[in-house]
Amino acid sequence: MPYAFKIALRYLTANIGQTALLASGVAMAVFIFIFMSALIGGLADLLVNRTLGNLAHVTVEATEADPPLLSRNTSETALVVRQPSTRRETGILDAGSFRDVIETLHGVSDATLEVDGGAVLIRGERVERVSVSGLEPDRLNAIIRFDRAMQTGTARLTGDTLLIGATLADDLGLSVGQTVVLRGDTGNSVTLTVGGVFRIGAGQIDGAAAFIDITTARALFDSPNTVSRIAIRLEDFNAAPRTAARIEAATGLNATPWTETSEQLFDALVAQARTGLVLKSFAMITIVIGIASSLMLTTYRRRPEIGIMRAMGATQGFIVVVFVTQGALIGLIGGISGGILGLVALVPFPSIEDVQPGQLPIDVTQGSIGLGIALTTLAATLAAILPARAASRIDPVEAIGQ
Amino acid sequence: MTAVRPSDALLQLRNLDKTFGSGETATHVLKSLDLSLQTGEMTALIGASGSGKSTLLNILGTLLSPSSGQFRMLDEDLFAADDAMLTAFRNRHIGFVFQFHNLLPDFTALENVMFPSAIREGRERPAARRRATEMLDRVGLADRIGYRTTKLSGGQKQRVAVARALMNDPALILADEPTGNLDRASAVKVMDLLGEINRDAGTTFLISTHDDKIAAACSRRIEISDGKIVSDHS
Repeated sequence: MPYAFKIALRYLTANIGQTALLASGVAMAVFIFIFMSALIGGLADLLVNRTLGNLAHVTVEATEADPPLLSRNTSETALVVRQPSTRRETGILDAGSFRDVIETLHGVSDATLEVDGGAVLIRGERVERVSVSGLEPDRLNAIIRFDRAMQTGTARLTGDTLLIGATLADDLGLSVGQTVVLRGDTGNSVTLTVGGVFRIGAGQIDGAAAFIDITTARALFDSPNTVSRIAIRLEDFNAAPRTAARIEAATGLNATPWTETSEQLFDALVAQARTGLVLKSFAMITIVIGIASSLMLTTYRRRPEIGIMRAMGATQGFIVVVFVTQGALIGLIGGISGGILGLVALVPFPSIEDVQPGQLPIDVTQGSIGLGIALTTLAATLAAILPARAASRIDPVEAIGQ
Repeated sequence: MTAVRPSDALLQLRNLDKTFGSGETATHVLKSLDLSLQTGEMTALIGASGSGKSTLLNILGTLLSPSSGQFRMLDEDLFAADDAMLTAFRNRHIGFVFQFHNLLPDFTALENVMFPSAIREGRERPAARRRATEMLDRVGLADRIGYRTTKLSGGQKQRVAVARALMNDPALILADEPTGNLDRASAVKVMDLLGEINRDAGTTFLISTHDDKIAAACSRRIEISDGKIVSDHS
């Protein structure tokens, strides 16, 4: 065992009560670091799940076609003014091939084709305006987790069934097994049976959306060869801007990350993350101040011993190593203790999917336990440098004479 | 001024001055001091409190730098040496026995004795452990090697300090009032031990003391007063 390490360890074990107290303080700071990381991460996930969770992380649509020239007479100057359409006129051709390409990209967890359009849902004399999404039955849960949201019926789509939200079902007095007519903006109609009623928790989806089989949607919206969009879910929603750029480069299509479609949510998450960073920084500063002040006291108390060591031939560098090692060991012991405390305290919290109103959204997997321990050890080591340097400069004659 | 030249002398001081502070508050502690110690001498350094004994011992121990003059030991010019070189020199060639033993309280007797060697080697080597055990045996503490120094008596602590001073087989042992904190019986034991080591190993001792009996036990007596050597008898 290197001798400086042995001395540092001996000093820590010689006054076990003081060491335990100091390590406990560090452990508490690490616990706060882990708790804040898990809370901020969990809160972000909850927000995303509750809002963005029902939306694609990246939406791929066809590139807007160039506006047509209104005059082909080259002797005249053409002034073309185009009113942007609220409905995308163009769809994606050969979308399956594009999806295959997209699915090979790193970080893409799921990609599904959608044919969307506006329609009215008719039941007897009741008529409700709805937004219709045609989904691939085998990828039904790619974006919205219908399998976790069903109140009645099953999360399954066939050519003659549809899924509707609980609010819409209440408004129309609908239940599973009942028949409705869906009339698209194209004028086409289709008669479908309610296969399931879900509650996502998002008002627009629960109250004004219907989900049908993509084949039925193609017929309803006269889109036999195209899809409206490719909806993509990522392993890490934070990677959406980068992944969208890669998708655009790979496909030439227009890829929009959720950070653009839900800018306010993104800003809120960024602000929240910054708040967490500030709080975590305070935890680290607490560690640095605590360890630095404690080691200052220790070096003061051990001045005669430092003087003896110097008299016996210990170099200034050796003294620095002894006290920096002490700081590092306190950081490591406190860090590991805080990590264990964090695990024990946070594991019992329900997963983000199961969080009920009033419960803290803690995601222990985002607790940054390893990072917390590493940063703490580093911070403690750095905090020890100043007292260690002060110790190394102690005059042995003066110290021994005390 | 005559330059210090390599010789048989273990150490030589020429025109050595030491001043603390500057300007009006300057205190001239050692004044144009000349001194030579031969290998194997056992010398007593006597003088009243404040005469400059401790300052001289600290300079010879390379713990304190002289203000001017020449200081050579084992043919090394220690006046011009930097802290790193002085530290290494001190570790290798000088042993200390202080009045208040100055042992490390959180370490055992064996660990304290091994300390100078472990510092130099960077670890506690088995050979150092064997030598430290031998040194403790020599000072009569073979049965106390595993004791924390806080569990030892004053005389035992001072004997551990002697064993520690011997650990690196130094050329010079500086003892500052080594029996000043001991009862008469313990003081006699410690002085007998130092004399025995001097005779057997030829180790050079410079012992600062107020005690005439201890001074009488040494082969040479140097008296210092007001920063100057006023008498030097063999």
